[in-house]
Amino acid sequence: MSNPSKNDRYQRQISLKELGEIGQQKLKDAKVLVIGAGGLGCPALLYLAGAGVGRIGIVDFDLVTLNNLHRQVLFSVHDIGLSKALRAGDVLEQINSDIEIIVFNEKLSTLNALEIIKGFDIILDGTDNFASRYLINDACVILKKTLVYGAISRFEGQIAVFNHLSETKIAVNYRDLFPLAPADGEVLNCEEAGVIGVLPGIIGTMMANETIKLITGIGNALINRLLTYNSLNNHFFEMELIAMPETVKMIPEDAVAFKEFNYDWFCSVHSAFELSQQEFEEIRNDKNIRFVDVRESGETPKVEDFEHINIPFSRLQQQIPDIDAKTIVLFCQSGKRSAGAAEILSKHFGKSRKIYSLKDGIAGWQKSK
Amino acid sequence: MQVHLTLFGQLADITGKTEMILHDIPDTETLIKTLNEMYPPLANAKYAIALNKKVIKGNTILSGDNNIAFLPPFSGG
Repeated sequence: MSNPSKNDRYQRQISLKELGEIGQQKLKDAKVLVIGAGGLGCPALLYLAGAGVGRIGIVDFDLVTLNNLHRQVLFSVHDIGLSKALRAGDVLEQINSDIEIIVFNEKLSTLNALEIIKGFDIILDGTDNFASRYLINDACVILKKTLVYGAISRFEGQIAVFNHLSETKIAVNYRDLFPLAPADGEVLNCEEAGVIGVLPGIIGTMMANETIKLITGIGNALINRLLTYNSLNNHFFEMELIAMPETVKMIPEDAVAFKEFNYDWFCSVHSAFELSQQEFEEIRNDKNIRFVDVRESGETPKVEDFEHINIPFSRLQQQIPDIDAKTIVLFCQSGKRSAGAAEILSKHFGKSRKIYSLKDGIAGWQKSK
Repeated sequence: MQVHLTLFGQLADITGKTEMILHDIPDTETLIKTLNEMYPPLANAKYAIALNKKVIKGNTILSGDNNIAFLPPFSGG
């Protein structure tokens, strides 16, 4: 395609004096990865492709379903049952064949994330679960990539630019804001809580806008700031984020440690079921809770400060005991075996019980008293 | 000290309110404790706290204008 027709394609944005030919060239040279071709990813992809971002990557492993169509605007009824990543790639190709589109029709994991993300400058997180969000954040920190974050809950959305050096050389990441994942069931996803299609449309479009601003250097991107939008009352709330010194310890330090980090576990058992000493202290006399010592018989110190039963971990691994209480708190010496026991019991009981493990165990609790 | 509190997302669902005015709150730890007593499910919720539109960590003494916001993480996409 000749240059005049290309200019014609982008004429309406090149004529913005803030953007111009130089800005258009920056867009052409940019490499942007969109993870999740869903409610947020679809509008973001549409506008990034339209704007002429030179290389766009799409990561998604899911298939199009009928209940996606009210918000995932790249797809039609003819796409039901087909790969979202492949279909999104086809649609973008039709919108703009001058750009390079790379499709990753696979689930992002610690094994492929660094390889995929490495080839791009700016990463958009449009995923729908915490495990992916922490995984993407950590990968971006390790590879020093800018992360454009968007997330929604019912009628509200959040947008931020993470891991991008500000003028004062500070780069805040997602863990500075939310160090630990919420407990299982504490935050509902779109499937459970519902969502109106327009909201991810707005937030995903804002993510594309932040990306275009970052690439072309126009305006003020949401670097180290979080913007919350409420679609019911049209309120915007913006706040300044700060980097925390302890965050660096939570993020795998290199590619090897990253590949070994279990994000599913971190976002379920670990956070869902761990009880701090203080939380434990507040509930230990609650008669509705069943406290279970999973240490082997004869292990010391003996616990006499609160009512509990003994089910050694070795026995629990072989046979799941019938515990009728709705809330179960497991403890051992250091918190390790009880975390394992919590995992076993939660798999068995599903959401019918709330299962917790005492962090740092009885040793930690006695020290804190 | 008077506090003007704004609650987002599931925190507003727990309390049934998006805005609240609280009195006699000397610091953020007292604010959290007071709210946890009023709305026990809040005690298990995770959220970031902003004082006058800037994130704070740890207990913070309140003085003057205290516009506080509690922001929970969202996962939806």
